[in-house]
Amino acid sequence: MKQKIINETFLFTILAIVMGLLVGAVVIFISGYNPIEAYGLMIKGIFSKPKYIARTIIRATPLILTGLSVAFAFRTGLFNIGAEGQFIIGALTAALLGYFIQLPMILHVPIVFLGSVFIASLWGAMAGYMKAKFGVHEVIATIMLNWIALYTSNYIISLEKVKMPGSESSYDIQETARMSIDWFKGIVGASTKVNFGMVIAVLASILIYYILFKTTLGYELRAVGYNKDAAEYGGIHIKRNIIVSMSIAGALAGAAGAVHVMGVSYRASTLAAMEGYGFNGIAVSLIGNNSPFGVVLSSFLFGGITYGGANMQLLGIPTEVINIVIGSIVFFVAAYRIFQWITIFFNHEKPQKEDR
Amino acid sequence: MDYLKSHIDLNELVIDMRKITKKFGDFVANDCIDLKVYKGEVHALLGENGAGKSTLMNILYGLYTPTNGEIYIKGKKVDIKNPNVAIHHGIGMVHQHFMLIKPFTVAENIILGIEPITSFYQLNMKKAIEDVEEISKKYGLYVDPRAKIEDISVSMQQRVEILKALYRGAEILILDEPTAVLTPQEIKELIQIMRNLTKQGKSILLITHKLKEIKEAADFCTIIRRGKKIDMVEVSKIDENQLAAMMVGREVNFKVHKEEKRPGKVILQIKELTVEDNRGISTVKDLNLTVQAGEVLGIAGVDGNGQTELIEAITGLRKAKSGQILIKDYDITNKTPREVFESGISNIPEDRQKHGLVLDFTVYENMILENFRKKPFSKKFKLQKENIINFSKKLIEEFDIRPKDENNLARSLSGGNQQKVIIAREVTNDPELLIAVQPTRGLDVGAIEFVHKSLVDQRNKNKAVLLVSFELDEIMSVSDRIAVIYEGKIVGIVDAKKTTENELGLMMAGGGYK
Amino acid sequence: MLKDIAFIFGTTFMYATPLLYGALGGVFSENSGVVNIGIEGMMTIGAFSGAASTFILLELYGNALWVPWAGFLIAGLAGCFLALLHAIACITFRADQVVSGIAINFLGPGLAMFLGGRIFGGSGTTPTIPLEAKLIRPFDTILKGKPLLGMMLNQYISVYIVFSLVGISWYILYKTKFGIRLRAVGEHPKAADTLGINVYQMRYIAVLISGFLSGLGGASLSMAIIANFRPTLVSGQGFIALAAMIFGKWKPQGAMWACLLFGVTTALQIYLGSPAVGLKISTHLLSMIPYIITLIVLMGFVGKSSGPAANGIPYEKGKR
Repeated sequence: MKQKIINETFLFTILAIVMGLLVGAVVIFISGYNPIEAYGLMIKGIFSKPKYIARTIIRATPLILTGLSVAFAFRTGLFNIGAEGQFIIGALTAALLGYFIQLPMILHVPIVFLGSVFIASLWGAMAGYMKAKFGVHEVIATIMLNWIALYTSNYIISLEKVKMPGSESSYDIQETARMSIDWFKGIVGASTKVNFGMVIAVLASILIYYILFKTTLGYELRAVGYNKDAAEYGGIHIKRNIIVSMSIAGALAGAAGAVHVMGVSYRASTLAAMEGYGFNGIAVSLIGNNSPFGVVLSSFLFGGITYGGANMQLLGIPTEVINIVIGSIVFFVAAYRIFQWITIFFNHEKPQKEDR
Repeated sequence: MDYLKSHIDLNELVIDMRKITKKFGDFVANDCIDLKVYKGEVHALLGENGAGKSTLMNILYGLYTPTNGEIYIKGKKVDIKNPNVAIHHGIGMVHQHFMLIKPFTVAENIILGIEPITSFYQLNMKKAIEDVEEISKKYGLYVDPRAKIEDISVSMQQRVEILKALYRGAEILILDEPTAVLTPQEIKELIQIMRNLTKQGKSILLITHKLKEIKEAADFCTIIRRGKKIDMVEVSKIDENQLAAMMVGREVNFKVHKEEKRPGKVILQIKELTVEDNRGISTVKDLNLTVQAGEVLGIAGVDGNGQTELIEAITGLRKAKSGQILIKDYDITNKTPREVFESGISNIPEDRQKHGLVLDFTVYENMILENFRKKPFSKKFKLQKENIINFSKKLIEEFDIRPKDENNLARSLSGGNQQKVIIAREVTNDPELLIAVQPTRGLDVGAIEFVHKSLVDQRNKNKAVLLVSFELDEIMSVSDRIAVIYEGKIVGIVDAKKTTENELGLMMAGGGYK
Repeated sequence: MLKDIAFIFGTTFMYATPLLYGALGGVFSENSGVVNIGIEGMMTIGAFSGAASTFILLELYGNALWVPWAGFLIAGLAGCFLALLHAIACITFRADQVVSGIAINFLGPGLAMFLGGRIFGGSGTTPTIPLEAKLIRPFDTILKGKPLLGMMLNQYISVYIVFSLVGISWYILYKTKFGIRLRAVGEHPKAADTLGINVYQMRYIAVLISGFLSGLGGASLSMAIIANFRPTLVSGQGFIALAAMIFGKWKPQGAMWACLLFGVTTALQIYLGSPAVGLKISTHLLSMIPYIITLIVLMGFVGKSSGPAANGIPYEKGKR
């Protein structure tokens, strides 16, 4: 019974991905290009060179972590739109700790990483606290905190001691704070910033799976997520759980920001608008059915479509078609009953109602 | 009691449902059912919870389409595709769970769907209020058209429901379990209202599983069991026991067997307790109550007299404003739900799906909802799945929970089995005090017997039981002592063996001794 | 001093306007029981369609008086298009309304920038509309030569429209047959259904209205406050509109006050940052003010309201 449900969800997700790509193909076709050629370029853009594969993985790495952040909060009944801001805070902290502290690498890397994760988890916990203590809906609180995070980051980067002259960014972090894998660069080229982020992301997804399904903490959080009234009757402290959940979500998104700075950008930059790591994390989480391993798979899909998809520019196709594809996938994930309806339509059966 | 019988006209058949079948997937909810109702009659539709009464009525009201069968209204074959068609044919329905919009006024609820308007599509609320006043005068159903639904009593809300149907020109009224939430006095009023309506030529279909009401109010009775029609009988020629046997399919003993027992020491003591509801109104006021070991104390009262807040205060879900709650001399006032639980109180909550279970958890996950942090279910922070499964298997066997698979989601279980999961979990805690609120709501006779037996077993083991129910029959048959709650106060405590329904009814309506 | 107040007053209304369109859209949708977090996407497609179609119509027909109006209308219809998708998913296929809203938020900007890139080339920014083809300022001639009043009241027509829409929405929701039915469907769809009200139809209409208003809100940015569409134009205002609607307790007038609060904090931020005031505070810090004040107000505003009872719950006919 349970097995069947899982398979059905998986099937519907695959169908949604296919439909999303089809919608993209139709859009490409209507605007006067050849969709097969376009998708061909996309696939080439992902797989044709080791460099491209590596870059797709690099692209997917922060998405796994922000996706996990959103998925974890969803599992506990919270909607974390704030992964964006938590990412920014994580990235900012990593840039500061990575530049200002002088330590040998063996200490520097973990301190920068854990410090960023910690500060971002506090940032996440703020939204949880506002909900638990004052009843502010977490969606509103996290939206506001996203902007506050963005301007805080911009402000700190603008300070004289932080800002690299002649740029819109902070100084680069010390070599000792970088988590790149140098020997790999021989294969994929020096410009491809292969790093340990993917290892961290996969470990995080295993850890989150373990916490959610194997520990008392996860049991509590899931109980609150499914039915907070029953959880409260059972003696579970709802408010504390909200704060704990948001701080873990914040930690995960913050880890994404830290990995991005320590592995790829080496600095934090002034932002005019949101970069979208957090918002894309929402899509990743939804396509991955909010499950830790689903998130890993959907991040690769997402990373592949966005990285490889940029190749479609060679034909002159605006790359924003990628957002249409992703939006369509999420749309069909939401409206999965369309597929049930189609099956029923073709079987000429009347829809059965599961009630009485 | 001497009631006027209805103004029945056996020459005019207003409803004639023929061979109605309704399937949901493989499940046959209605199997070839016939139903005939005459003009001016009160016709009872009797059956257990889940027998298919509501399905049949929803078909008649156009909410479901029958798989097979025909419906004739006043001799004309009709196809009731939706409620609009039903309304057009003069059918009105008062649902068990009222279909009222709480923030709207009485008048707004009554006119909804056929609103009088002025120019500019503006609602004509003045006319609406006049209309409501006129119709409520005509049928003797007094309501305040300007009051909001959320501010009026349940029996008033029921009147609004009836008026809603009459405003649409209903000739045939379907009343779905209308007495479930009323006091005995209010039930008498309702029966009187039904008489008045039949006098004016209306016909009434009364859906119920309460035999006494049928004897008092109905002319004919159609009995259905497991989706099949068993019989149609003339009510005056049959007694309650015969009706019961037809409904359940076997002889039923409604008396709960209890061994003689003398109550022991005081377990729960409530002193001068005052509790406020969400709006800040004190719904429990200076309440005093004790429950002893080895007794079932029943709290009788109409819904909304402070029962919810009282129980929430005891279980730690709501802060007490003043007063004290002691369990075996240990003060649990304003402790957290966890501390209350640890002090020896278990709770079978009223809303089992909302408060008792996590529906999307498996049965085994639900079995440890309060104890997941304890050995042997977890070690440090890690859940011990094997131990949890074994524990659940044992309880499933012991309490006969079906289907016998701990991996099922709680959502997939029937109401009776969901309740068994809760009872298994709570009784296994071996609490000093077991609280049960409306524990049999929506269950069939077999499950009801099981629940009652579990409560009495607990009492026989010399534990204390606090039962809150709106069903007087249940209170009277299970309790040793009965405390009547009215407007947040206990207005009287009586011996269950010596009291009568009338005495309790009077106290429930506030007419008791203080 | 007077001039400063007039400046803040005028700027408040200008910045509250796009938010208020979106918030009113949310009021309609959510009072019918459909959560709409896709306002952001609907505003984006509206902003693009308004600016782009105005520009194209100008090329085709020259500078006719009706051109900006047509652009404005097309913006609303573009919002409607996305709203229709949201409605199909949420109402017909009983989708999770939040997930569908997220999809809309990808589709809106995706479509806008894709079409922008395809039609105008580049990164999705539309060409600037000439001043005379923007939405009109109805009191421009009357207020000429009155600098103070002008600063306060010489607003684009979109501002006047949205504030009259507050009253109109209130009238529709609370005083008409349509409105009472719409709210009934959002509070207790089954009750409405038993009275013969078509729940699906009411919800479709409400969601479409919501899309139309959000589309206009986008256009009030791209055709009034500035004169073109660019990818960062809406950036989050749809979400702020959503917050304003919740803060305004799902009522038109409540949403208005919430949007004005946000507008006034934005105006203050701009005022304090202007060289004339001469405050030496980083613009980054000033930019935070609206968000911080909103959070503080929300935290102080205890006694949470929870909105329409059936909001967010798909309705399935024949389910009990």
